Amino acid sequence: MNSREITTQISKAADFLNLKKWDYGASFSNDYSVQVDKGEAKQLKASQKQILTLRVWNESNLVGITTTSDISESGIKKALNQAYIASDFGNKNERTEFSPLAKDPIEVKDAKKRKPVGIKNLLTLLREAEVKLLESHESIKSVPYNGLSESFYERVYANSDGAFRSYTKSQAALYLYARAEEKNKKPRSSGSVKLGYGVEDIDIESCIKDASNKTISHLNYSSIKTDKYLICFSPESFLTIINAFSSMFNARSILDGVSLSNKNSIGEKLSTEALNIYDDGLHEKNISSSPFDGEGTPTKRLCLINKGRIENFIHSESTARIFKTIPTGHAGLGSKVSVSPDWIVVEKSKENSDLKTSLDHSRYEGEFVYIEELNAIHAGVRASQGSFSLPFDGWLYKNGKKISIESATVAGDIKYLLKNIVNIESSQELTTSGISPHIWVDELSITGDA
Amino acid sequence: MLSSQIKSNEIVFGSCNKDLLEEIIFYGIGLGADFVEIFIENTDNSSVLAEEDFITSVSPSFGRGAGIRIFKEKKDGFVSTNDLTKHGLMRSVSQAIEMLDITDNKKIEVFNGLNKLRDYSLSKKKWINEVPSIHEISEKLLVSTKSLKKNNKIITRKGSYSRNLQEVIIASSDGTYVSDIRLHQTVGLNVIASDAQYRSSGSRRFGSSGMPNEFRLWDHEKAANDVFESSMNMLYADYVDAGQMPVVLANKFGGVIFHEACGHLLETTQIERGTTPFENKLNEKIAHESVTAIDEGISEGSFGSLSVDDEGMEPEKSVLIKNGILKKFISDRAGELRTGHKRTGSGRRQNYSFAAASRMRNTYIAKGEHSKEDLINSISDGLYCKSMGGGSVGATGQFNFAVEEGYLIKNGKLTSPVKGATLIGEAKEVMPKISMCGNDLELAPGFCGSISGSVNVTVGQPHIKVDSITVGGR
Repeated sequence: MNSREITTQISKAADFLNLKKWDYGASFSNDYSVQVDKGEAKQLKASQKQILTLRVWNESNLVGITTTSDISESGIKKALNQAYIASDFGNKNERTEFSPLAKDPIEVKDAKKRKPVGIKNLLTLLREAEVKLLESHESIKSVPYNGLSESFYERVYANSDGAFRSYTKSQAALYLYARAEEKNKKPRSSGSVKLGYGVEDIDIESCIKDASNKTISHLNYSSIKTDKYLICFSPESFLTIINAFSSMFNARSILDGVSLSNKNSIGEKLSTEALNIYDDGLHEKNISSSPFDGEGTPTKRLCLINKGRIENFIHSESTARIFKTIPTGHAGLGSKVSVSPDWIVVEKSKENSDLKTSLDHSRYEGEFVYIEELNAIHAGVRASQGSFSLPFDGWLYKNGKKISIESATVAGDIKYLLKNIVNIESSQELTTSGISPHIWVDELSITGDA
Repeated sequence: MLSSQIKSNEIVFGSCNKDLLEEIIFYGIGLGADFVEIFIENTDNSSVLAEEDFITSVSPSFGRGAGIRIFKEKKDGFVSTNDLTKHGLMRSVSQAIEMLDITDNKKIEVFNGLNKLRDYSLSKKKWINEVPSIHEISEKLLVSTKSLKKNNKIITRKGSYSRNLQEVIIASSDGTYVSDIRLHQTVGLNVIASDAQYRSSGSRRFGSSGMPNEFRLWDHEKAANDVFESSMNMLYADYVDAGQMPVVLANKFGGVIFHEACGHLLETTQIERGTTPFENKLNEKIAHESVTAIDEGISEGSFGSLSVDDEGMEPEKSVLIKNGILKKFISDRAGELRTGHKRTGSGRRQNYSFAAASRMRNTYIAKGEHSKEDLINSISDGLYCKSMGGGSVGATGQFNFAVEEGYLIKNGKLTSPVKGATLIGEAKEVMPKISMCGNDLELAPGFCGSISGSVNVTVGQPHIKVDSITVGGR
């Protein structure tokens, strides 16, 4: 069945069960992936998946939900029936409705959908990449984490009010994590990830080069003394921090009492006037862009921080109604509708006279810690308290030299971090989770074991 | 007539599927596979969320699918599908064969058909009717969140429950033919406390396997008191000063460090990757002699227990480390094939869409002879980690763990609470520093995410003392 036929099937089943109001979100995908080990295929995977999430409103306008992978006629009827039963427990205190924007036009872009290259080609390409990475430096002994995959999927939203939207996409990913070993030294590991609409869009050579350079650059390492340091966050690490604390801009988190912000935080000054942050799910560089969210609301660019102040929150249908605004296209379909950002874009605003522009990661000769990548976000971030304590990969720049830092953590408070931004470099860099320049922050605590 | 024809051409739970499964396996072997494994799953899950004094989410879900794995020499191809018809399963076999580029089918492996069904599900079919209803769960969750409302500093109260009922059929070309039903229930409480600029949080999770009545027996009052006290103790805590110091790790979830920092390095998947420092250390000393560590899947009701693993093998009790000496690795079918370490009944996966891999089950450090007080009294200046948060281990074995509830130890006594602590280290350096083990071993449930998805596990230990470790702070 295609998505139109499934919608018809659901509609018929709902009529049969006398259910007047329903909506659904669905995902249909075919995924292929390969892993290699020293030139040999290790595991080859293919999967065909279908997931259907159905919501039903009962006579009291309470919502119930069910998720199923069975899209047969009987499977759909069972799911609708279960959703109806679950609606008895629907949240009476926070009603859910269809998004008022679920039938608005969506921005149609060239989906750049690619054709599958097939498992054999994936395997050949990954084998070649592994060989090149192993040959790139004598200390690189293995590539323990590697994979090349391609996915083809369709996402659908439809409701009993006549809304119907779908889009199809393709996406490919390559990751290479190398392990380097030298005598009398600890093994070091680093890597690179590249995304593309299809395998042909992935810059494999650049992924190999990045993985090699990063790994080798950590071969000469040293412990760092526990102290406060001037920090330069790489674009990737700064986006990691912003995403980890995105509950500050999240209306759902505010209503749930787990955000540092509150309903009145619009306009609150968080940072230097030089800082602008947007959520831009439709950005042309966002490979995973979706033209609508889980409730069918069109995706759009939204300013979160404007000149250092909170400008907007991200919303679902119900949070928008409570905040007396419109949905922003950030909802995830669920019994309790979730809200999350799509793709963060950080930039320097025009009000940037207070920045210390001499701080440039490629030229600055003073002492600072460069944080390349933050790890263990799920463990080291207390989003509701604003604190973080995170291990990282990075370097200490001192006396004109850089040395990789062994086993250290950076700790602090997100509001302190944002308030202590001392420079936003001009040049933005593309990462897998958004776009950002290098960001400099004064006085953050680093724990090492020197 | 039509109905029976359809049934004979697709997997139907509760029916005999032997002929169809044998046909699929014969098909794969005939195409040149060395080994064919079929894992079929039917799930019936539900979760309930209570926030403050209301039920805010009830989410039932159903799923079914098959994972087909083909081995040719040491390579394997894995295909997953929602299509449980004969056509769908054969198509998946063909796809796996094609992926592995098997063209030579002159040497056909012997397949003598499936053995008699080992049916572990017989006594478990009634479970679906014995688990608490959504109504019953909702009522108890609401009582639980109400119990958390002990003062006006508690600003957020949550209770969550989830139930996962998984029916599986496992068949493979070595004759393995197994069916089982697994039931996992978990319930958790969370609070956020706030007073002016101070904020803290507290959380506890409880879980069981195969015990439909367990949620009804759960002592929610005790759990609520525990979570409340933890959040209050930490509300005004200062940040810990970073440095090297001795620590005492509490029992139960304190075992997460052993699980993450050492247990994963004893899985054969790590040997395959060449990422464990313990690869060539069998029968060598890798830990302090006070450390004996076990991984097993047999403790009745424990979250990581199972009647049979996802490759059809009954779980064993594996002594991984005995008095500091490495004795065994945790192995699955691919691990045995590629590393030579015998299977331990540890082939596990989140669901049909993952190939099984060597994974931990109930993993713990065995009890020693000391009391908790002995451990604390032996430290003049250190940290007591009463409750651990999550953590991770890097590709080179470095680990870090957040301490959710910590207290300073001064002159052998617990003193002020501290927050923001992170434990940082490397397994092979820390294991020899575990110098004292308490006599109060307890287990705690958790979820472990790794190569074959998220699986239910138990971590555990008695109170243990680590002579020196890096504590991250401010």
